[in-house]
Formats: sequence, structure tokens, C-alpha cells
Amino acid sequence: MMKQRSLIRFGFSALALAALALASPAGAADKIDPVADAKAFKKFFYDKFPKLKPEDFVNGPYSMDEGLHKQWVEKEQFPPYEFAVEEGKEMFAKPFKNGKTYADCFPNQGIGIRQNYPLFDDKQGKVITLELALNQCREANGEAPYSYVRGEMASLTAYMAFTSRGKPMDIKIPDDPRALAAYEQGKEYFYTRRGQLNFSCATCHVQSPGERVRTEVLAPALGIMNAMPIYRSEWNSMGTTSRRLVTCNSQTRGVPLTPQDDEYRNVEYYLSYVANGLPISGPGARP
Amino acid sequence: MIAPCFRNSAPVLALLASLAAAAPACAQSAAEGQKLAFDRGKGNCLVCHVIKGGENPGTLGPELSGLKSKYKRDELVEIVFDETKRNPLTVMPPFGRNRILTEKEINAIVDFLQTL
Ligand code: HEC
Ligand code: HEC
Repeated sequence: MMKQRSLIRFGFSALALAALALASPAGAADKIDPVADAKAFKKFFYDKFPKLKPEDFVNGPYSMDEGLHKQWVEKEQFPPYEFAVEEGKEMFAKPFKNGKTYADCFPNQGIGIRQNYPLFDDKQGKVITLELALNQCREANGEAPYSYVRGEMASLTAYMAFTSRGKPMDIKIPDDPRALAAYEQGKEYFYTRRGQLNFSCATCHVQSPGERVRTEVLAPALGIMNAMPIYRSEWNSMGTTSRRLVTCNSQTRGVPLTPQDDEYRNVEYYLSYVANGLPISGPGARP
Repeated sequence: MIAPCFRNSAPVLALLASLAAAAPACAQSAAEGQKLAFDRGKGNCLVCHVIKGGENPGTLGPELSGLKSKYKRDELVEIVFDETKRNPLTVMPPFGRNRILTEKEINAIVDFLQTL
């Protein structure tokens, strides 16, 4: 049975992965086509897991494994991220020294907007994640920036995600060559193998979702950003998207990038865009 | 030290001469190979493979068993050295090509694989 499985994997991944990474059909090569990408990306995962509903994918490893799913349902009775949501709510409301608040920096006072991040900012000419926007808000108001990986930043984003729960991811790629380039770079980063172990993000999250690496079950790449930030029992604390990406790179004996590096922001832009329409489920709880 | 087992490529005379010592030397090398295969900082093969005697295996690759009847020794060395040659899209890291393991370490691991 194992033998058969690896044969299936062999034939299947060669075709399917190439199709995703190259997305546009032969002939239309070179054209960056996010709409076609997103369609192919979703189809790949829907075909691979025909029993799952689209909204199931946003629960990461829990969508892949029934035993884990049960644990999750139990965990959601007393969610371990609740303290972070509470803390984030208080922090969000507390005025800066100059009297302004976070609400002044965001559309709709920052409530129910998580699904629009990351966004492409035409003035800065780059992808702005929610974490980066929060620190830019702090600095514009004379406050020191927070660490991108945990603590206050995780609490603030946990609260903001909570106010967006259930809203469909809604990432825009404006008609701007720089936005399209950022998207394409994120996509390229996602499929490029690197490091001593020769892994790309896709090796784990496209080729192998649902498989175990030691005891961890790999999340599918579709909807993989929708639950961020997450509380991980293994960390014993909350972590942001940056913390997770650094961990993924380190686990594969790669050299992690600096949190909020161009490539990390761009890969988040890519992964969030192809998950458009899938509900925000953050903050999440993970084993 | 890792004592080498006899290889397919060894000249016949040397092979004959070493036969008497071969069995214990192989066992020693295979034991060393098992250590390397299970070591998280070395082969860490358990991340992906079920292997007899190993705990908390992953499921990314097939169970490693019956390998001696399935592959020649050289073929096993090739697989561990660089599986992307057989399957360009494999998730298995190219242990030799990327110098995760030395030739000697790969040989010891293959001695171990042949006991499975
Ligand atoms: C060798 C495997 C491996 C590689 C390569 C890898 N990851 Fe992961 N990733 C994991 C594991 C293990 C987890 C924890 C279990 C899970 O949630 O999937 C994880 C979790 C995540 C999560 C959180 C998902 C959730 O719902 O909890 C994100 C986001 C993520 N990875 C993104 C990436 C990106 C982007 C890359 C490339 C820079 C990458 N990963 C490369 C193994 C990997
Ligand atoms: C990240 C995952 C991963 C790691 C780590 C890994 N392998 Fe593999 N291995 C695979 C996969 C997947 C296959 C199936 C064939 C393919 O993908 O080409 C495989 C196939 C094999 C095969 C052929 C098995 C058969 O029955 O055909 C051998 C032998 C093997 N691996 C040995 C090893 C050894 C020894 C190590 C550690 C030094 C190791 N592998 C580490 C994923 C892995």
C-alpha cells in the first residue's frame, strides 16, 4: 500500500505542482495572471481533498486530521488565545501619549478590516501587512515599534482578526506593475527550493498537506494565512505570521529572513490573494 | 570509527580476504548507520519514514523495509545521495549533493538500510 502511495505521489505531484508554479497555460507564458493562479490553486486543493468544504481549509492542520479536529473542537471551548484578544482589545483602545489611537490610523477605525491585509500601498510602493501598518501607526504617533514576532503585536493582530472572523479574505492587486511584481516575487519565493534540505514552502504545504513530519500535521497552503496569528501549545504563547515563517525556515535548516522582509511580505501577499473568498478564522489555536 | 562493509564494487580478492571479518564489521557499520539515520541533526530520516526501531515517524515517505531485495547497494547509495535524480520533485533532501551527510556516513546508513 505504501509503495502504491509513493507511486501515486510521484506521478501526481510532478504534473500538479508544475501546473501551479507555472499557472498560465503554455503559450500565455510570462504573463502574470493572479486570477488564473487563484483559480488553479483552489482547484488543486479542492480536487486533492474532495471531502472538505472551502471554508474548512482555514483551520490548518485541523482540517486534515479527524483526531486533531476533535481536539480542536474541544479546545475552542476555552480558547488559549482568548487572553490575547482581551489584551489586544485594551491596547487597541488605549490612547498614545499624543492622545491619538490606533483607530485613527485605519479605515473603519480598524474594526473588521483584517481581511484586507496585506495590501499594496501605492505611496510606499510596497506590500503592507497588518503588522507593518500597526508599527507604522505607532511610529507616526511617536511610539516605539513592537517586535514583529510575538507579545503585543500578536495580541493586537489577534484582536483585529477576531473582529473580522468569518469575513472573506479580500486582497486587492491594484493595476500597478509594482503590485503585480510583488505578487509574482511572493509566488516565486513560495515555489523556490532553498537551503541545505532543498525545501520550498510548496514542498511541505502543497505537496504534503495532511502528512506528518514527526508528530506535526502539515497545513494546506490554501487558507494558510486566514488563521494568523496563532497560539501554539508548543510555543506556549501566541505567534504572528512572521514568527511562523521564521520557524518554518529554521526547521528546514534554512537561514530565516528578517521578519517583515520584502520576501516574507510578498509571500504573504501571494498566499492571502489566492485564498480570497475564504473566511478569516484567526486568531487560531494550534497543537 | 565506521568499519566499511564489503561493497558490490570491491575487487574479488579483497572481497575474499575480508569475508571473515565482514559480518561483525557490517554489524558495527549498520549500528552506526542507524544512529546517523535517527539523529535529528544528521539524517533525521524519521521525519518522513517509518523505520523499525525509530519513534515518532512522519508520513511523507514510504516505510523503509525490505530494501535489500528491492534495490542494489549502489541504488540505495544513489537514492540517499540525491533522490532528485530519480524524481526531480521529490521532497527527500539530497543528502550527498548538499553535503548534509558525507560519503562515509551515507555508506553506513546504507549498511543499516540493508538490514531492514
Ligand atoms: C519541512 C517542512 C516545512 C517547510 C519547508 C515550510 N513549512 Fe510552514 N509549517 C511546517 C510545519 C511542521 C508547520 C506546523 C504545522 C502546520 O500548521 O502546518 C507549519 C506551519 C505553517 C503556517 C501556519 C499554519 C497553521 O495553520 O498553523 C504557515 C503560515 C506556514 N507554515 C507557512 C510557510 C511558508 C510561507 C513557508 C516557506 C517560507 C513554509 N511554511 C515552509 C513545515 C514547513
Ligand atoms: C522530507 C522527507 C524525507 C526525508 C527527510 C527522507 N526521505 Fe527518503 N523518501 C522520501 C520520499 C517522499 C520517498 C519516495 C520516493 C520519492 O519521493 O522519490 C523516499 C524514498 C526513499 C527510499 C526508497 C524507498 C523505496 O521503498 O522505494 C529510500 C531507501 C529512502 N527514501 C531513504 C532515506 C534515508 C536513508 C533518509 C535519511 C538519511 C531519508 N530517506 C530521508 C522522503 C524523505
